[in-house]
Amino acid sequence: MASEEGSGSSRAPMMMAAAAGGASGAARAPKGPSAPATKRIEVSIKKAGQGVEEKLHTWPFLVRNEFLVACAVIVLLAVWSLTINAPLEEPSNPTRTPNPSKAPWYFLGLQEMLVFFDPWYAGVVLPSFIIVGLMLIPYIDINPKGNGYYTFRERMFEILTFFVGFHVLWVSFIIIGTFFRGPGWNWFWPGQYWDPHMVEALTNVDLPYMFGFRDYTLSALFGLSLIGGYFVIGMALFYWWVYRRPANDPWSAFPGGGPELLEKWGPVRFGITGFLLLAMLGVFIKMALRHALNIKYIMVTPWINI
Amino acid sequence: MAKLDWNEVKRQITESQAWQSIFRHGYEDTPRNRILMVSGNVWLHLHPSKVQKHAVRLRFTWCMGGITFLLFLVTVVTGIYLMFYYRPTAEYAYADMKYLEFDMPFGMLMRNMHRWAAHGMVIAVWLHMFRVFMTGSYKPPREFNWVVGVILLVLTLLLSFTGYLLPWDQLSIWAVTVGSNMARATPLLGHGGPFHEMLGVNPIYDARAFLFGGAEIGPHTLLRFYILHCIFFPLLASLFMAVHFWRIRRDGMSGPL
Repeated sequence: MASEEGSGSSRAPMMMAAAAGGASGAARAPKGPSAPATKRIEVSIKKAGQGVEEKLHTWPFLVRNEFLVACAVIVLLAVWSLTINAPLEEPSNPTRTPNPSKAPWYFLGLQEMLVFFDPWYAGVVLPSFIIVGLMLIPYIDINPKGNGYYTFRERMFEILTFFVGFHVLWVSFIIIGTFFRGPGWNWFWPGQYWDPHMVEALTNVDLPYMFGFRDYTLSALFGLSLIGGYFVIGMALFYWWVYRRPANDPWSAFPGGGPELLEKWGPVRFGITGFLLLAMLGVFIKMALRHALNIKYIMVTPWINI
Repeated sequence: MAKLDWNEVKRQITESQAWQSIFRHGYEDTPRNRILMVSGNVWLHLHPSKVQKHAVRLRFTWCMGGITFLLFLVTVVTGIYLMFYYRPTAEYAYADMKYLEFDMPFGMLMRNMHRWAAHGMVIAVWLHMFRVFMTGSYKPPREFNWVVGVILLVLTLLLSFTGYLLPWDQLSIWAVTVGSNMARATPLLGHGGPFHEMLGVNPIYDARAFLFGGAEIGPHTLLRFYILHCIFFPLLASLFMAVHFWRIRRDGMSGPL
């Protein structure tokens, strides 16, 4: 910043200083008679080739907002902490397992997933997909619109996908795990008595068994082909759906419609997006199969079950 | 006795060498001074000296990134206070929690603020991510700062999770047991996970044992989580925060052009 060198106590004319302190090299303060020092001045800066972009001084306008919000948060936190004590239960005892044992609330969405999947998938693979998938969002989303402003119409696919992943899966499962799960991880309504002896009949069957497969190898092959088929057919349907977007369709983000989007997207981005999307929707399918048909596993092999 | 001229006293103080070596500029509300306020101050210098008008509005930012950072600072301050009284050994940890709550001046308040600020930080960081997604602020040229943000999100959860064990009560050891059972189920690397035979891992030598410092949660785990919680993850998070803030500073706030 040019203004750092001029930070002595000398009182340079205001106009010069304002010009030297611009946020970027191209920034310039408007020339004119200087206003009285006591009056707050909003300086608008013209960026080369970009029309007038109004800018405010960080001090006082942004710093003031930050200060007020910080005060409010600190007061709220202090009042909250004065009125509600942090929990401290009896001393730790490795020989007494509480029922239910719940993970910290922010991981309860993953613990809830254990109802539907084995730990290696619910606790390791799914969270890895979530973290890697989140990191990949800026690279697989090539929609140039909606950069820096709120819009739904220009980004329907992205926002709906995020809504399903974040609000529907992550947040609502945390709420379920926190308020609706009791002993034995059984479902209890808030206020309902937590009966530790509640028995729920385990009537779940594996999907290949349901279809009459009794041979281990055959049922494993059947399950494998179901999972593989889900991804192959799902990818094909996704491709077909994107390809069929007509010109100027709000879903495609490009004026050329689906074909232009696919061309700009490329096979790698499309493949990753499709895979992550199908993996996320697969959670809903497994949940539906469990609740509607008591399906335990779709695929059973000697090593992994899904 | 001569009348004391306060303006003269003030002038002498503010024009003294000592004063001017500390405070480089006055407090008048001039455009020049407004810029110096930010550019001449190491803390405020995290900001650019000017910002777009829309980026100042709470309606746009929700202030959630700032609140996350503020709550992090609260946990640092209160956490240092707690560290004075807490010993991370199985014999003393729980007793120290009781001393903290009942004997230490403001101990209970400090502990409450530490815990609620930590929970608040998890919520604030999620809302911050949600806001950044909604404004599409991860789009070029800010893609990598989103990645750094995801790393910070994971670090926030890890900070909170490692701190969860330290009270050494039933709530903490069983929540951490449930949470880290996942490590046991890691494919290849956990002794309960698929394909674990291929690497020959076992309960005392697998991913969870690496996390715990042993086959089960014990004194070794407490010390390990304490060091991760108080030193390793805060340092790591600070490094990534520096990158995160620096990149916002360089790229500017996203906005319609």
